[in-house]
Amino acid sequence: MRYLPLTPADRADMLSAIGASSIEALFADVPSAALLDGPIESLPNHASEMAVERHMARLSGQNLAAGEAPFFLGAGAYRHHVPASVDHLIQRGEFLTAYTPYQPEIAQGTLQMLFEFQTQVARLYGCDIANASMYDGSTAAWEAVAMARRITKRGKALLSPGLHPHYAGNIKTMAKFTGDQIVHEAPNLTPDAGEVGLIAQIDGETSCVLVQYPDILGRLPDLARIAEATHAQGALLVAVVTEPVALGAIRSPGELGADIVVGEGQSIGVGLQFGGPYLGLFGCRSEHVRHMPGRLCGETVDASGKRGFVLTLSTREQHIRREKATSNICTNSGLCALAFSIHMTLLGGTGLAALAAENHRLACLAADKLAEVPGVKVLNDSFFNEFCIVLPTDARVLVRDLALEGVLAGVSLGRLYPGEDGLANGLLVAVTETTSEDDIDALVTAIREKLA
Amino acid sequence: MNANPSGWRPATPEAVTRDGASAPTFTGNRALMLEEGLIFEIGSLNNCGVDLPTPSAETSTRLGGMSRSTPPALPGLSEPETVRHYTRLSRQNYAIDLGLFPLGSCTMKHNPRLNEKVARMPGFADLHPLQPMNTVQGALGVIDELAHWLVTLTAMHSVAMSPKAGAHGELCGVLCIRAALEARGDPREVMLVPSSAHGTNPATAAFAGYNVEAIPAGDDGRIDFEALKARLGPDVAGLMITNPNTCGLFERDMIAICEAVHAAGGYVYCDGANFNAIVGRVRPGDLGIDAMHINLHKTFSTPHGGGGPGSGPVVLSEALAPYAPLPYVTKAKDGSFELVEEGDEGAGESFGRMAAFHGQMGMFTRALAYILSHGADGLAQVSGDAVLNANYVLRALEDVLEAPFAHAGPCMHEALFSDAGFAKGFSTLDVAKGLIDEGFHPMTVYFPLVVHGAMLIEPTESESKAALDQFIGALRSVAERAKAGDESLHLAPLHAPRARLDETAAARNPKLAWSEPAD
Repeated sequence: MRYLPLTPADRADMLSAIGASSIEALFADVPSAALLDGPIESLPNHASEMAVERHMARLSGQNLAAGEAPFFLGAGAYRHHVPASVDHLIQRGEFLTAYTPYQPEIAQGTLQMLFEFQTQVARLYGCDIANASMYDGSTAAWEAVAMARRITKRGKALLSPGLHPHYAGNIKTMAKFTGDQIVHEAPNLTPDAGEVGLIAQIDGETSCVLVQYPDILGRLPDLARIAEATHAQGALLVAVVTEPVALGAIRSPGELGADIVVGEGQSIGVGLQFGGPYLGLFGCRSEHVRHMPGRLCGETVDASGKRGFVLTLSTREQHIRREKATSNICTNSGLCALAFSIHMTLLGGTGLAALAAENHRLACLAADKLAEVPGVKVLNDSFFNEFCIVLPTDARVLVRDLALEGVLAGVSLGRLYPGEDGLANGLLVAVTETTSEDDIDALVTAIREKLA
Repeated sequence: MNANPSGWRPATPEAVTRDGASAPTFTGNRALMLEEGLIFEIGSLNNCGVDLPTPSAETSTRLGGMSRSTPPALPGLSEPETVRHYTRLSRQNYAIDLGLFPLGSCTMKHNPRLNEKVARMPGFADLHPLQPMNTVQGALGVIDELAHWLVTLTAMHSVAMSPKAGAHGELCGVLCIRAALEARGDPREVMLVPSSAHGTNPATAAFAGYNVEAIPAGDDGRIDFEALKARLGPDVAGLMITNPNTCGLFERDMIAICEAVHAAGGYVYCDGANFNAIVGRVRPGDLGIDAMHINLHKTFSTPHGGGGPGSGPVVLSEALAPYAPLPYVTKAKDGSFELVEEGDEGAGESFGRMAAFHGQMGMFTRALAYILSHGADGLAQVSGDAVLNANYVLRALEDVLEAPFAHAGPCMHEALFSDAGFAKGFSTLDVAKGLIDEGFHPMTVYFPLVVHGAMLIEPTESESKAALDQFIGALRSVAERAKAGDESLHLAPLHAPRARLDETAAARNPKLAWSEPAD
């Protein structure tokens, strides 16, 4: 057994040293009714590295990888090119196999990285501060709702119709148990993002308004206008960003008036990974720092006066405050935060802007070409790298059929909003720098042929 | 030809002492110990380490008037500078790859590199979570196969795979309990949690809307069963208990505890953080529990990554299974896999969704590779060696450190000591920092709370006898210094990248983001 260093002779020596007759004797406190007298049934015995790799490769081969087909899926998870150095660096054992930095003298690598990450996220979001990460964008969105309740002492959260339905689903799940009131409807298939209707629902009971930017249909809501109306009622604006690359092209939520900005960081450095692990990002104003969930890294000095970094403000956290903590989160997404931070360092602000411009250029090209297909209507006036098209047929069926032909056409609204018949013909199409113009032509041709 | 006709050789410096070791260097570096600035100090806003098309100024945009006028103020570095920056930072970290990492309750075991390789196979890593089911059968197959082995190893009814870490799994389990109670029209207010529990347990129960009440530990380090029985009643939703517990002991009365909680109409949540002690030998379902999260980043070797990502699937009893979160994988009659999501048949009583997608796929592939690598015989040897190693440490040190609970018998996979006997003014913290100078990561300190100055040591099965012997020697030496009142211990660590850091100052005046120096 290649992962176990003890030899039979070591075990015998050690048992003798501790005065035990056998390893089994060390399990004497386990009730005999629950102690197995043989190996776990049906599980085979140990296997070689080669045999396990072969088994896993077989399973891997049963999937159609995104890189093997013209690929247009988004809806909260985006395929971007991740430079090779990112994956190399996160596999440095000193990062990969370290624990949460509880002993800062021998964890400055992770801590300095987190301090840099927090600063990068804060600047990207236009916030004063950001935390050291959450599980994913959807759990970060829930934590923002809970934080807004703590700050405003109000219990009604208003979710914009353009919020990702899985984020809304997570928030509704949690609210069932905490008693928060959640107001949320499915979006309408209109070019505008529904700001007027949303603003009309804000009242003096509202703790926060959650607005996705760009929204689930790719539209760009007027955050500044919503911020003004939200603040007029004493509520907080929470902006939700599922595609951080967009912020290379559009103004940051913080500068448009958002009080809390949360989102998914997966686009930068992390990869698709079939949905996880991902990276929840969380930023806010400095004045709200003590209400924040999650880990925070701060600058300090050591006993000899050198700059160093530590986890700080832990009196908000579960290991100190127990049942009075701001959140139960412990482990977060440290290694994904590292991947994000490395990729963002490679890009820099100008690189992010160039990356965003290329995404937008290709998305505009795709929208124009799709608009020429008879029967296809492009819904959006505004979008970044993802937009919604309306088909004359059920988009979920079309997506499934095109997959059989080797084209991954997008995310159907039917998948996201089961039971909402009015949305069933909607298809979200995401285009990134990894999409070639040939891919776009393949999609256009495939849809044209299906609809003919 | 003789290139060195005089025969000159560099002389060994005569009696150059190491007194100069503390003299400052020009750079502040110490040979391989390299100081590194922040990216905001060494990078530039115009640098970029990625080749991208230059944006055309003429291109019209459809950004709805939201275009930004200048790029975000984020520094960039070229690729070589980036590689060097993060490589230098990495060298300021301790890690399991460098040495024994005995953090109790954290299970810092070896992270096999095969697991890294399989997680990066394109059929897993380059897969979108919302691809049509007919293109992701292998990925759903991984989830189903791992789920099968987790259920098999725990003798439970089913497993919820989507929770993203241990605490998220706790939340999943407690929400299942609450949903089950509400479904039977018997909502209850109180969750019982032993005083030795991880902080996440009371935080989770409170989050789920329960009043948290502590049950004390008995003199033997186990839950006070009589106190528990006395508190059970119609207002108690359940008990959150860790087994083996945080004192490193198996709860001998576990079967009776579960029966008592069930008799009072409640459910038992087991914190599975310590499953590594019993995997392959004890199936928690045989003890009578209703729910338990499994930290794949502990027992099943997925890397901790400096604070995540984790993964916390929750095994459930038949009574709680109907309430498990969406989505989940099922196998159709024709053998194909499907993902049950909102609106699908089978979503019925689920309490809903608790993450954007299906869970930590990148951790599932790694954990499955680990389970198959070890197999039934290997997993039993894992828990056996983990427990043997902990007992070896316990017995080797109990003459110099007080072992408050385990003097009478074996511990499980972790050895617990207190600070009894240290000289006045010397603390567990001093011992921890002294261990850093000896080249080890310290053990878990000041936890569990039921022991004064607790030191909780979990060596795991990954350590050789030689590594344990060296660690034991080092801890013995440091403990003797604490007992003898060796003042130099207060200065430890002397050889780490940083001396002790001022955590009070960090919290009093938080500086959480870099800003341009004022001058």
